[in-house]
Amino acid sequence: MPQVTLTVNGKQHTVEVEGRTLLVELLREKLRLTGTHVGCDTSQCGACVVHVNGDSVKSCTTLAVMCDGAHVTTIEGLAAPDGTLHPMQEAFREYHALQCGFCTPGMVMSAVDLVRKNPQGLSEKEIREGLEGNLCRCTGYHNIVKAIAAAQEVMHGRRASVAAAAE
Amino acid sequence: MYDFAYHKPATLADAVKLLAADPDAKAVSGGHTLIPALKLRLNKPSALVDLSGIAEMKGIRREGGALVIGALTRHAEVAESAEVKAAIPALAYLAAHIGDVQVRNRGTLGGSVSNNDPAADYPAAVLGLGATVHTSKRKIAADDFFLGMFTTALEPDEILVAISFPIPEKAGYAKMKNPASRYVMAGAFVSKGPMGVRVAINGAGPCVFRQSAMEAALAAQWSPEAVAGIKQDADGLNSDIHGSAEYRAHLVTVMAKRAVAAAG
Repeated sequence: MPQVTLTVNGKQHTVEVEGRTLLVELLREKLRLTGTHVGCDTSQCGACVVHVNGDSVKSCTTLAVMCDGAHVTTIEGLAAPDGTLHPMQEAFREYHALQCGFCTPGMVMSAVDLVRKNPQGLSEKEIREGLEGNLCRCTGYHNIVKAIAAAQEVMHGRRASVAAAAE
Repeated sequence: MYDFAYHKPATLADAVKLLAADPDAKAVSGGHTLIPALKLRLNKPSALVDLSGIAEMKGIRREGGALVIGALTRHAEVAESAEVKAAIPALAYLAAHIGDVQVRNRGTLGGSVSNNDPAADYPAAVLGLGATVHTSKRKIAADDFFLGMFTTALEPDEILVAISFPIPEKAGYAKMKNPASRYVMAGAFVSKGPMGVRVAINGAGPCVFRQSAMEAALAAQWSPEAVAGIKQDADGLNSDIHGSAEYRAHLVTVMAKRAVAAAG
Protein backbone atom coordinates (compact mmCIF):
# COMPACT_ATOMS: atom_id res chain seq x y z
CA MET A 1 0.00 0.00 0.00
CA PRO A 2 1.30 3.48 -0.78
CA GLN A 3 2.52 5.56 2.12
CA VAL A 4 2.08 9.31 2.34
CA THR A 5 3.82 11.75 4.62
CA LEU A 6 2.05 15.04 5.07
CA THR A 7 1.90 17.85 7.59
CA VAL A 8 -1.58 18.49 8.95
CA ASN A 9 -2.14 21.56 11.13
CA GLY A 10 1.61 21.72 11.78
CA LYS A 11 2.01 18.07 12.76
CA GLN A 12 3.69 15.53 10.50
CA HIS A 13 1.96 12.21 9.83
CA THR A 14 2.99 9.15 7.83
CA VAL A 15 -0.04 7.12 6.85
CA GLU A 16 -0.67 4.02 4.76
CA VAL A 17 -3.40 4.61 2.19
CA GLU A 18 -4.89 2.92 -0.86
CA GLY A 19 -4.49 4.58 -4.24
CA ARG A 20 -8.19 5.43 -4.10
CA THR A 21 -8.18 6.91 -0.59
CA LEU A 22 -9.48 10.48 -0.70
CA LEU A 23 -7.81 13.24 1.27
CA VAL A 24 -11.04 13.71 3.26
CA GLU A 25 -11.04 10.00 4.19
CA LEU A 26 -7.44 10.26 5.39
CA LEU A 27 -8.33 13.32 7.49
CA ARG A 28 -11.56 12.00 8.98
CA GLU A 29 -10.95 8.26 9.26
CA LYS A 30 -7.18 7.92 9.75
CA LEU A 31 -6.43 11.15 11.64
CA ARG A 32 -9.89 11.48 13.24
CA LEU A 33 -10.11 15.13 12.26
CA THR A 34 -13.86 15.12 11.76
CA GLY A 35 -14.32 18.87 11.49
CA THR A 36 -13.96 18.54 7.72
CA HIS A 37 -17.35 17.38 6.44
CA VAL A 38 -18.51 15.36 3.47
CA GLY A 39 -21.68 16.88 2.06
CA CYS A 40 -22.43 16.05 -1.55
CA ASP A 41 -19.33 13.92 -2.25
CA THR A 42 -19.58 15.13 -5.87
CA SER A 43 -17.25 18.17 -5.83
CA GLN A 44 -20.06 20.69 -5.61
CA CYS A 45 -20.99 21.67 -2.05
CA GLY A 46 -17.61 22.62 -0.55
CA ALA A 47 -18.28 21.25 2.97
CA CYS A 48 -14.96 19.37 2.61
CA VAL A 49 -12.76 22.39 1.77
CA VAL A 50 -9.31 22.39 3.38
CA HIS A 51 -6.10 24.20 2.47
CA VAL A 52 -3.39 22.26 0.63
CA ASN A 53 -0.14 24.21 0.37
CA GLY A 54 -2.08 27.41 0.97
CA ASP A 55 -4.86 26.89 -1.61
CA SER A 56 -8.45 25.95 -0.82
CA VAL A 57 -9.30 22.57 -2.33
CA LYS A 58 -12.16 20.12 -2.13
CA SER A 59 -10.74 17.24 -0.13
CA CYS A 60 -13.44 14.87 -1.44
CA THR A 61 -11.99 15.33 -4.92
CA THR A 62 -8.32 15.02 -4.03
CA LEU A 63 -6.48 11.73 -3.69
CA ALA A 64 -4.49 11.31 -0.50
CA VAL A 65 -1.52 9.92 -2.46
CA MET A 66 -1.35 13.17 -4.42
CA CYS A 67 -0.76 15.06 -1.15
CA ASP A 68 2.55 13.39 -0.29
CA GLY A 69 4.79 16.11 1.13
CA ALA A 70 1.94 18.64 1.31
CA HIS A 71 1.04 21.04 4.09
CA VAL A 72 -2.65 20.73 4.93
CA THR A 73 -4.71 22.99 7.17
CA THR A 74 -8.16 21.92 8.33
CA ILE A 75 -10.77 23.77 10.37
CA GLU A 76 -9.15 22.29 13.53
CA GLY A 77 -5.91 24.12 12.67
CA LEU A 78 -7.33 27.64 12.43
CA ALA A 79 -7.75 28.68 16.06
CA ALA A 80 -4.69 29.57 18.16
CA PRO A 81 -3.29 26.83 20.44
CA ASP A 82 -4.88 28.59 23.46
CA GLY A 83 -8.28 28.30 21.82
CA THR A 84 -8.56 31.91 20.64
CA LEU A 85 -10.69 31.77 17.52
CA HIS A 86 -9.38 32.87 14.13
CA PRO A 87 -10.97 36.21 13.12
CA MET A 88 -13.02 34.38 10.47
CA GLN A 89 -14.42 31.97 13.07
CA GLU A 90 -15.07 34.86 15.43
CA ALA A 91 -16.89 36.74 12.66
CA PHE A 92 -19.07 33.72 11.81
CA ARG A 93 -20.09 33.64 15.50
CA GLU A 94 -20.57 37.40 15.77
CA TYR A 95 -22.73 37.64 12.64
CA HIS A 96 -24.65 34.40 13.18
CA ALA A 97 -23.33 33.14 9.84
CA LEU A 98 -24.63 29.63 10.36
CA GLN A 99 -27.76 27.76 11.24
CA CYS A 100 -27.26 23.99 11.14
CA GLY A 101 -23.50 24.42 10.84
CA PHE A 102 -22.87 21.57 8.42
CA CYS A 103 -21.37 23.75 5.66
CA THR A 104 -19.52 25.99 8.13
CA PRO A 105 -16.07 24.35 8.21
CA GLY A 106 -15.85 24.51 4.42
CA MET A 107 -17.28 28.03 4.32
CA VAL A 108 -14.72 29.25 6.85
CA MET A 109 -11.79 27.58 5.06
CA SER A 110 -12.85 28.97 1.66
CA ALA A 111 -13.38 32.41 3.16
CA VAL A 112 -9.94 32.47 4.81
CA ASP A 113 -8.25 31.58 1.48
CA LEU A 114 -10.36 34.15 -0.38
CA VAL A 115 -9.51 36.97 2.03
CA ARG A 116 -5.80 36.08 2.22
CA LYS A 117 -5.47 36.23 -1.55
CA ASN A 118 -7.26 39.57 -1.84
CA PRO A 119 -5.47 42.00 0.48
CA GLN A 120 -6.95 44.91 -1.46
CA GLY A 121 -10.33 44.02 0.06
CA LEU A 122 -13.40 42.38 -1.45
CA SER A 123 -16.75 43.89 -2.31
CA GLU A 124 -19.96 42.10 -1.38
CA LYS A 125 -20.29 40.92 -4.99
CA GLU A 126 -16.73 39.57 -5.02
CA ILE A 127 -17.32 37.71 -1.76
CA ARG A 128 -20.45 36.12 -3.23
CA GLU A 129 -18.54 35.11 -6.38
CA GLY A 130 -15.71 33.73 -4.26
CA LEU A 131 -18.20 31.45 -2.49
CA GLU A 132 -19.44 29.84 -5.70
CA GLY A 133 -17.93 26.53 -4.64
CA ASN A 134 -19.68 26.44 -1.25
CA LEU A 135 -23.35 25.65 -0.75
CA CYS A 136 -25.37 26.54 2.35
CA ARG A 137 -28.95 25.31 2.46
CA CYS A 138 -30.03 27.27 5.58
CA THR A 139 -28.86 30.85 5.71
CA GLY A 140 -29.37 32.31 2.28
CA TYR A 141 -25.70 33.37 2.52
CA HIS A 142 -26.52 36.86 3.77
CA ASN A 143 -24.88 36.62 7.19
CA ILE A 144 -22.00 34.58 5.79
CA VAL A 145 -21.18 37.41 3.40
CA LYS A 146 -21.45 39.95 6.24
CA ALA A 147 -19.13 37.87 8.43
CA ILE A 148 -16.50 37.60 5.70
CA ALA A 149 -16.70 41.35 5.03
CA ALA A 150 -16.07 41.99 8.74
CA ALA A 151 -13.33 39.37 9.07
CA GLN A 152 -11.32 40.78 6.15
CA GLU A 153 -11.04 44.12 8.00
CA VAL A 154 -9.48 42.32 10.96
CA MET A 155 -7.32 39.94 8.90
CA HIS A 156 -5.81 42.87 7.00
CA GLY A 157 -5.25 44.89 10.17
CA ARG A 158 -7.75 47.63 9.39
CA ARG A 159 -9.81 46.93 12.51
CA ALA A 160 -8.94 45.43 15.87
CA SER A 161 -11.87 43.03 16.20
CA VAL A 162 -14.88 41.80 14.29
CA ALA A 163 -17.11 43.36 16.92
CA ALA A 164 -15.61 46.76 16.14
CA ALA A 165 -16.26 46.11 12.45
CA ALA A 166 -19.97 45.52 13.09
CA GLU A 167 -22.22 48.36 12.07
CA MET B 1 -14.33 3.96 -6.27
CA TYR B 2 -12.46 0.85 -7.49
CA ASP B 3 -8.85 0.74 -6.38
CA PHE B 4 -5.95 1.24 -8.78
CA ALA B 5 -2.15 1.32 -8.75
CA TYR B 6 -0.59 4.75 -8.49
CA HIS B 7 2.54 5.96 -10.28
CA LYS B 8 4.17 9.36 -10.13
CA PRO B 9 6.86 9.52 -12.82
CA ALA B 10 9.40 12.35 -12.73
CA THR B 11 9.86 12.62 -16.50
CA LEU B 12 7.63 12.73 -19.55
CA ALA B 13 9.47 9.73 -21.05
CA ASP B 14 8.69 7.61 -17.97
CA ALA B 15 5.04 8.68 -18.03
CA VAL B 16 4.72 7.70 -21.70
CA LYS B 17 6.32 4.31 -20.94
CA LEU B 18 3.86 3.64 -18.12
CA LEU B 19 0.86 4.51 -20.31
CA ALA B 20 2.18 2.52 -23.29
CA ALA B 21 2.81 -0.57 -21.15
CA ASP B 22 -0.72 -0.65 -19.73
CA PRO B 23 -3.68 0.19 -21.98
CA ASP B 24 -5.96 0.41 -18.92
CA ALA B 25 -3.83 3.04 -17.18
CA LYS B 26 -4.98 6.66 -17.21
CA ALA B 27 -3.10 9.93 -16.88
CA VAL B 28 -4.18 12.36 -14.15
CA SER B 29 -3.06 15.79 -12.97
CA GLY B 30 -5.65 17.92 -11.12
CA GLY B 31 -8.14 15.06 -11.22
CA HIS B 32 -11.19 17.31 -11.10
CA THR B 33 -12.92 15.48 -13.91
CA LEU B 34 -11.41 12.03 -13.48
CA ILE B 35 -11.87 11.62 -9.71
CA PRO B 36 -15.64 12.40 -9.81
CA ALA B 37 -15.96 9.92 -12.72
CA LEU B 38 -14.08 7.25 -10.75
CA LYS B 39 -16.31 7.81 -7.73
CA LEU B 40 -19.34 7.13 -9.91
CA ARG B 41 -17.57 4.01 -11.22
CA LEU B 42 -17.91 5.33 -14.75
CA ASN B 43 -14.32 4.36 -15.33
CA LYS B 44 -12.10 1.57 -14.00
CA PRO B 45 -8.44 2.25 -14.72
CA SER B 46 -5.87 -0.32 -13.59
CA ALA B 47 -3.46 2.48 -12.70
CA LEU B 48 -3.28 6.24 -12.49
CA VAL B 49 -0.18 7.94 -13.83
CA ASP B 50 0.13 11.21 -11.94
CA LEU B 51 1.78 13.76 -14.22
CA SER B 52 2.04 16.51 -11.61
CA GLY B 53 5.75 15.95 -10.91
CA ILE B 54 6.91 16.44 -14.52
CA ALA B 55 8.84 19.71 -14.70
CA GLU B 56 8.85 19.93 -18.51
CA MET B 57 5.04 20.23 -18.52
CA LYS B 58 4.96 23.33 -16.31
CA GLY B 59 5.28 27.07 -16.81
CA ILE B 60 4.03 29.97 -18.90
CA ARG B 61 6.42 31.58 -21.39
CA ARG B 62 6.40 33.93 -24.35
CA GLU B 63 7.91 32.48 -27.54
CA GLY B 64 7.95 35.05 -30.32
CA GLY B 65 4.37 35.82 -31.25
CA ALA B 66 2.90 33.09 -29.07
CA LEU B 67 2.20 32.30 -25.44
CA VAL B 68 3.19 28.75 -24.53
CA ILE B 69 1.42 27.34 -21.48
CA GLY B 70 2.44 24.03 -19.92
CA ALA B 71 -0.27 21.39 -19.63
CA LEU B 72 0.06 21.20 -15.83
CA THR B 73 -0.71 24.89 -15.37
CA ARG B 74 -3.72 25.26 -13.10
CA HIS B 75 -6.66 27.47 -14.06
CA ALA B 76 -5.95 29.82 -11.13
CA GLU B 77 -2.35 30.29 -12.33
CA VAL B 78 -3.49 31.21 -15.85
CA ALA B 79 -6.14 33.56 -14.43
CA GLU B 80 -3.59 35.40 -12.26
CA SER B 81 -0.59 35.34 -14.63
CA ALA B 82 0.67 38.83 -15.50
CA GLU B 83 2.12 37.36 -18.72
CA VAL B 84 -1.28 35.95 -19.82
CA LYS B 85 -3.17 39.09 -18.77
CA ALA B 86 -0.80 41.24 -20.86
CA ALA B 87 -0.69 39.02 -23.97
CA ILE B 88 -4.18 37.45 -24.15
CA PRO B 89 -6.49 38.98 -21.53
CA ALA B 90 -9.45 36.99 -22.90
CA LEU B 91 -7.63 33.77 -21.97
CA ALA B 92 -7.02 34.97 -18.40
CA TYR B 93 -10.70 35.97 -18.21
CA LEU B 94 -11.78 32.53 -19.43
CA ALA B 95 -9.56 30.76 -16.88
CA ALA B 96 -10.87 32.99 -14.08
CA HIS B 97 -14.44 31.88 -14.83
CA ILE B 98 -14.02 28.10 -14.96
CA GLY B 99 -16.01 26.23 -12.29
CA ASP B 100 -15.36 27.62 -8.82
CA VAL B 101 -12.28 28.69 -6.83
CA GLN B 102 -11.47 25.16 -5.67
CA VAL B 103 -11.78 23.71 -9.17
CA ARG B 104 -9.46 26.44 -10.46
CA ASN B 105 -6.93 25.64 -7.73
CA ARG B 106 -6.62 22.02 -8.92
CA GLY B 107 -7.82 21.71 -12.52
CA THR B 108 -5.25 22.03 -15.32
CA LEU B 109 -5.15 23.28 -18.91
CA GLY B 110 -3.95 19.91 -20.22
CA GLY B 111 -6.62 17.98 -18.36
CA SER B 112 -9.45 20.18 -19.61
CA VAL B 113 -8.31 20.12 -23.24
CA SER B 114 -7.50 16.37 -23.29
CA ASN B 115 -10.90 15.55 -21.83
CA ASN B 116 -12.76 17.75 -24.34
CA ASP B 117 -16.00 17.94 -22.39
CA PRO B 118 -18.58 19.66 -24.62
CA ALA B 119 -19.28 22.12 -21.77
CA ALA B 120 -15.61 22.86 -20.96
CA ASP B 121 -14.24 26.38 -21.42
CA TYR B 122 -10.65 25.89 -22.61
CA PRO B 123 -11.39 24.08 -25.90
CA ALA B 124 -13.12 27.28 -27.10
CA ALA B 125 -9.90 29.28 -26.56
CA VAL B 126 -7.71 26.63 -28.19
CA LEU B 127 -9.90 26.51 -31.31
CA GLY B 128 -10.85 30.19 -31.22
CA LEU B 129 -7.21 31.31 -31.18
CA GLY B 130 -6.00 28.65 -33.64
CA ALA B 131 -3.57 27.29 -31.05
CA THR B 132 -1.14 24.41 -31.56
CA VAL B 133 -1.21 21.45 -29.19
CA HIS B 134 2.25 20.08 -28.34
CA THR B 135 2.24 16.44 -27.31
CA SER B 136 4.85 13.85 -26.34
CA LYS B 137 4.87 12.78 -30.04
CA ARG B 138 4.01 15.73 -32.29
CA LYS B 139 2.36 19.08 -32.80
CA ILE B 140 -1.34 19.15 -33.65
CA ALA B 141 -3.25 22.16 -34.99
CA ALA B 142 -6.40 23.00 -33.02
CA ASP B 143 -8.48 22.42 -36.17
CA ASP B 144 -7.32 18.78 -36.21
CA PHE B 145 -7.39 18.17 -32.46
CA PHE B 146 -11.04 18.16 -31.32
CA LEU B 147 -12.76 15.19 -32.97
CA GLY B 148 -16.07 14.78 -31.12
CA MET B 149 -17.72 14.48 -27.73
CA PHE B 150 -14.94 13.67 -25.21
CA THR B 151 -12.77 12.68 -28.19
CA THR B 152 -9.50 14.20 -29.38
CA ALA B 153 -6.67 13.28 -31.73
CA LEU B 154 -4.57 12.13 -28.75
CA GLU B 155 -3.54 8.47 -28.85
CA PRO B 156 -3.79 6.39 -25.65
CA ASP B 157 -0.07 6.70 -24.85
CA GLU B 158 0.24 10.30 -26.05
CA ILE B 159 0.44 13.09 -23.48
CA LEU B 160 -0.50 16.73 -24.00
CA VAL B 161 2.62 18.67 -22.92
CA ALA B 162 1.87 22.32 -23.70
CA ILE B 163 -0.31 24.57 -25.82
CA SER B 164 1.02 27.40 -27.94
CA PHE B 165 -1.50 30.24 -28.31
CA PRO B 166 -0.76 32.76 -31.09
CA ILE B 167 -1.16 36.24 -29.60
CA PRO B 168 -4.15 37.93 -31.28
CA GLU B 169 -4.84 41.62 -31.92
CA LYS B 170 -8.25 41.17 -30.32
CA ALA B 171 -10.00 38.33 -28.55
CA GLY B 172 -13.07 37.92 -26.38
CA TYR B 173 -15.01 35.19 -24.61
CA ALA B 174 -18.61 35.07 -23.42
CA LYS B 175 -20.63 32.19 -22.05
CA MET B 176 -24.05 31.45 -20.63
CA LYS B 177 -23.59 29.30 -17.55
CA ASN B 178 -26.11 26.84 -16.26
CA PRO B 179 -27.13 28.62 -13.06
CA ALA B 180 -26.80 25.49 -10.92
CA SER B 181 -23.83 23.57 -12.29
CA ARG B 182 -21.96 26.56 -13.86
CA TYR B 183 -21.25 24.42 -16.92
CA VAL B 184 -21.40 26.20 -20.26
CA MET B 185 -24.80 26.14 -22.00
CA ALA B 186 -23.32 27.99 -24.96
CA GLY B 187 -20.17 30.04 -25.28
CA ALA B 188 -18.22 31.87 -27.96
CA PHE B 189 -14.53 32.64 -28.20
CA VAL B 190 -13.74 35.15 -30.97
CA SER B 191 -10.38 36.42 -32.16
CA LYS B 192 -8.68 38.41 -34.87
CA GLY B 193 -4.97 38.00 -35.38
CA PRO B 194 -2.23 35.94 -37.03
CA MET B 195 -4.62 32.99 -37.50
CA GLY B 196 -7.26 35.18 -39.18
CA VAL B 197 -10.72 35.82 -37.79
CA ARG B 198 -11.97 32.87 -35.77
CA VAL B 199 -15.19 32.09 -33.91
CA ALA B 200 -15.29 28.94 -31.77
CA ILE B 201 -18.53 27.80 -30.13
CA ASN B 202 -18.53 25.57 -27.06
CA GLY B 203 -21.26 24.12 -24.85
CA ALA B 204 -23.90 24.20 -27.58
CA GLY B 205 -22.94 21.07 -29.53
CA PRO B 206 -21.36 17.70 -28.73
CA CYS B 207 -17.93 19.19 -29.50
CA VAL B 208 -16.47 22.68 -29.84
CA PHE B 209 -16.82 23.92 -33.46
CA ARG B 210 -16.06 26.92 -35.69
CA GLN B 211 -18.90 29.15 -36.85
CA SER B 212 -17.79 29.99 -40.39
CA ALA B 213 -20.67 32.34 -41.30
CA MET B 214 -19.82 34.48 -38.29
CA GLU B 215 -16.11 34.37 -39.14
CA ALA B 216 -16.84 35.68 -42.67
CA ALA B 217 -19.08 38.44 -41.32
CA LEU B 218 -16.49 39.54 -38.75
CA ALA B 219 -13.71 39.46 -41.35
CA ALA B 220 -15.75 41.95 -43.39
CA GLN B 221 -16.72 44.08 -40.39
CA TRP B 222 -15.50 43.53 -36.83
CA SER B 223 -18.47 44.56 -34.68
CA PRO B 224 -21.16 42.91 -32.56
CA GLU B 225 -23.77 43.99 -35.15
CA ALA B 226 -21.98 41.97 -37.83
CA VAL B 227 -22.93 38.69 -36.11
CA ALA B 228 -26.27 39.83 -34.64
CA GLY B 229 -28.28 38.69 -37.67
CA ILE B 230 -26.54 35.35 -38.16
CA LYS B 231 -28.61 32.42 -36.97
CA GLN B 232 -27.00 29.19 -35.80
CA ASP B 233 -28.62 26.03 -37.18
CA ALA B 234 -30.10 24.04 -34.26
CA ASP B 235 -29.56 20.73 -36.07
CA GLY B 236 -27.14 18.53 -34.16
CA LEU B 237 -26.91 20.80 -31.12
CA ASN B 238 -27.37 19.46 -27.58
CA SER B 239 -30.87 19.14 -26.22
CA ASP B 240 -31.35 18.20 -22.57
CA ILE B 241 -33.21 19.16 -19.38
CA HIS B 242 -31.20 22.40 -19.23
CA GLY B 243 -32.17 23.68 -22.65
CA SER B 244 -33.38 22.68 -26.10
CA ALA B 245 -31.21 22.74 -29.21
CA GLU B 246 -33.24 25.74 -30.45
CA TYR B 247 -32.54 27.63 -27.22
CA ARG B 248 -28.84 26.86 -27.46
CA ALA B 249 -28.80 27.95 -31.12
CA HIS B 250 -30.29 31.27 -30.07
CA LEU B 251 -27.68 31.61 -27.31
CA VAL B 252 -24.85 31.08 -29.82
CA THR B 253 -25.67 34.35 -31.57
CA VAL B 254 -26.11 36.21 -28.28
CA MET B 255 -22.80 34.90 -26.90
CA ALA B 256 -20.95 35.68 -30.15
CA LYS B 257 -22.23 39.27 -29.99
CA ARG B 258 -21.11 39.59 -26.36
CA ALA B 259 -17.71 38.05 -27.11
CA VAL B 260 -17.06 40.54 -29.94
CA ALA B 261 -18.15 43.40 -27.67
CA ALA B 262 -15.79 42.13 -24.95
CA ALA B 263 -12.93 41.91 -27.46
CA GLY B 264 -13.47 45.57 -28.34
